Amino acid sequence: MEQDWKQSRGSFFTAFAPPAFWLTLFFLVPLAIIWAYSFGKNISMTEVAVTGTLSNYARIADPVYISIFVKSIVYAALTTFLCLIVGFPVALAITFAPDKAKAWLLLLIMLPFWTNLLVRTYALMAVLRTEGYVNTVLGWIGIGPLPLLHNNFAVVLGLVYVNLPFLVLPLYSALDRLDRSLLEASLDLGAGHIRTIREIVIPLALPGILSGLLITFIPALGSYLTPDLLGGPDSQMIASVIERNFKRANDWPFGSALSFILMYLTFFAIAAQTLVAARRRKAGGEA
Amino acid sequence: MAKTLISIQNITKRFGNFAAVDDVSLEIAEGEFFALLGPSGCGKTTLLRMLAGLEMPTEGQILIDGQDMSRVPPNKRPVNMVFQSYAVFPHMSVKANVGYGLRIDKVAKDEIEARVREALALVKLDGLEERKPDQLSGGQRQRVALARALVKRPRVLLLDEPLSALDAKLREAMRSELAQIQEKVGVTFVMVTHDQDEALAMATRCGVMHRGVLQQVAAPSDLYEYPNNRFVADFIGSVNLFEGTLTIDEPDHAMIESEELGGPIHLDHGVTGATGATVWAALRPEKIAMAHRDEGAAAPQETNVVPGVVRHLSYLGNETLYEVEIACGRRIKVTRSNVARYEERGFSGGEPVWLSWHPRAPAVLLS
Ligand SMILES: Nc1ncnc2c1ncn2[C@@H]1O[C@H](COP(=O)(O)OP(=O)(O)OP(=O)(O)O)[C@@H](O)[C@H]1O
Ligand SMILES: [Mg+2]
Repeated sequence: MEQDWKQSRGSFFTAFAPPAFWLTLFFLVPLAIIWAYSFGKNISMTEVAVTGTLSNYARIADPVYISIFVKSIVYAALTTFLCLIVGFPVALAITFAPDKAKAWLLLLIMLPFWTNLLVRTYALMAVLRTEGYVNTVLGWIGIGPLPLLHNNFAVVLGLVYVNLPFLVLPLYSALDRLDRSLLEASLDLGAGHIRTIREIVIPLALPGILSGLLITFIPALGSYLTPDLLGGPDSQMIASVIERNFKRANDWPFGSALSFILMYLTFFAIAAQTLVAARRRKAGGEA
Repeated sequence: MAKTLISIQNITKRFGNFAAVDDVSLEIAEGEFFALLGPSGCGKTTLLRMLAGLEMPTEGQILIDGQDMSRVPPNKRPVNMVFQSYAVFPHMSVKANVGYGLRIDKVAKDEIEARVREALALVKLDGLEERKPDQLSGGQRQRVALARALVKRPRVLLLDEPLSALDAKLREAMRSELAQIQEKVGVTFVMVTHDQDEALAMATRCGVMHRGVLQQVAAPSDLYEYPNNRFVADFIGSVNLFEGTLTIDEPDHAMIESEELGGPIHLDHGVTGATGATVWAALRPEKIAMAHRDEGAAAPQETNVVPGVVRHLSYLGNETLYEVEIACGRRIKVTRSNVARYEERGFSGGEPVWLSWHPRAPAVLLS
């Protein structure tokens, strides 16, 4: 074994050097620069001096920014929750669909991934506009037009639409892994379908459900395009603020600090999920 | 016989064009230990799943206690199942697993407690209440599955190869334990297995299936001694089959002329077949007597005797299996119990012998 490893070490490095190099150059280095910037200040239009100041982080304590962070978290959480409500039955239906239909249904779920986000967002705008499809149809039966676009409703709807596949796919893979005979045993012992889902499916698929929630929550938290295009004046989420600071405001240090706070929030969510999963595993192991 | 509990009427189950279960009709009485026996893939599990309601029949119907089960979902049937893979809930303790069905039925808490304790004692799992399934051995998990099904006091308990995942020793022990439990609780058991020893040892009645078709239903000894057809004769135990033509068929005697044997087979009873028809004589290895064929000595009897030469022998401990080649080249299996520690004069390879059998020994098969 050891001999093998020594002999293949050369080829190991050849295989891993390019991706490692790529990651370092295009991910770690820029990240480090941004991190350093977050402790700096603008000295001219194009130059930033890294002074080690914490003033950028102190500025985030401003209620304006705090409220935007809170709103982003609330929107992301609401989006994740709605995705779960919509996605769980969908994932369940795909799991129990006949094998042939399964592949097609999964394809349908993934199809939006292959369409540009911008295109999809504009399509959604066409649907929700005052003269859009929904309002036209509602008009026929004498309702509306309802204000469906450029408000918080549109943002959450758009986020659910964009992020749904992120939840359905992990949910599906968690549900599909379940041993069918356990579900049949539950039915056989007298439980109905709802009871079986509650007592058997959800507890056993919980790790998969949790990681699916996380995978949905993180991109939803950092959404930029959706709130920007579908939202109203009061719908901006944190990513829009970050963008404004980097571009229009040309305040790279403050934008960097905001970015890192967002990243810490993400880490926090991941840590919480890991902790819950570990606790569950431990609880399952003992007693 | 006790009253009929399960009545399976012309059940067929097709997957696409393939009939996994093909026009099976069967009655099972209250309190029976019924075994469904057959090779892998013959449709045993499918038939059992239709009883449980987990699979819908394509044709036919199932009555339990006189009630048509066609529209009754699995959770409403008076039937519980022990799955081939046990299907013990991995996230619940032994106690929670066994109590699951009672909790669903909203049985009072202290009654659940008492019945779970009773069921666990029945399967000898007391003391392991708090364990999780991954801390149990295969045999223990199987008992959890058994207790979980029995605690609901079903009319019928379905068992799908309950012992197949256990090692030989444990299987032997569980075999008698399962039979004892069945006697104690008096529930009707329907067990599926592909192990003939298991079926013969435990069941009061067996059904043999082949390619979705129920071949024969009989008590274990009848299945062995009076098989219906070649498949059953061959599947249950070991057998020598001789194809032949029925030449004489009188009420008190019959004769089969068999080319495969190179002579006639005499029977001291009639066969309900047309003379001239092709029939098969099934001769069990232990029903053939073997004697030394010394130079010039006479045959041990006048009919049903053929000369041969021992070609191969396998010592199996309790008995020895001989393969004897007869004149036409066919090899015949013969077993002899090793009654004495050492036989005075055993048979050795290459030795000339006489094979003979009683005129009632062969079973005559029409198909
Ligand atoms: N859901 C299904 N779809 C298609 N074919 C199936 C399905 N379930 C079973 N079959 C087929 O039906 C036949 C009978 O299957 P079944 O599981 O009843 O066999 P079995 O007698 O229990 O075998 P074993 O002893 O191996 O468990 C098999 O040929 C199997 O391939
Ligand atoms: Mg089976």
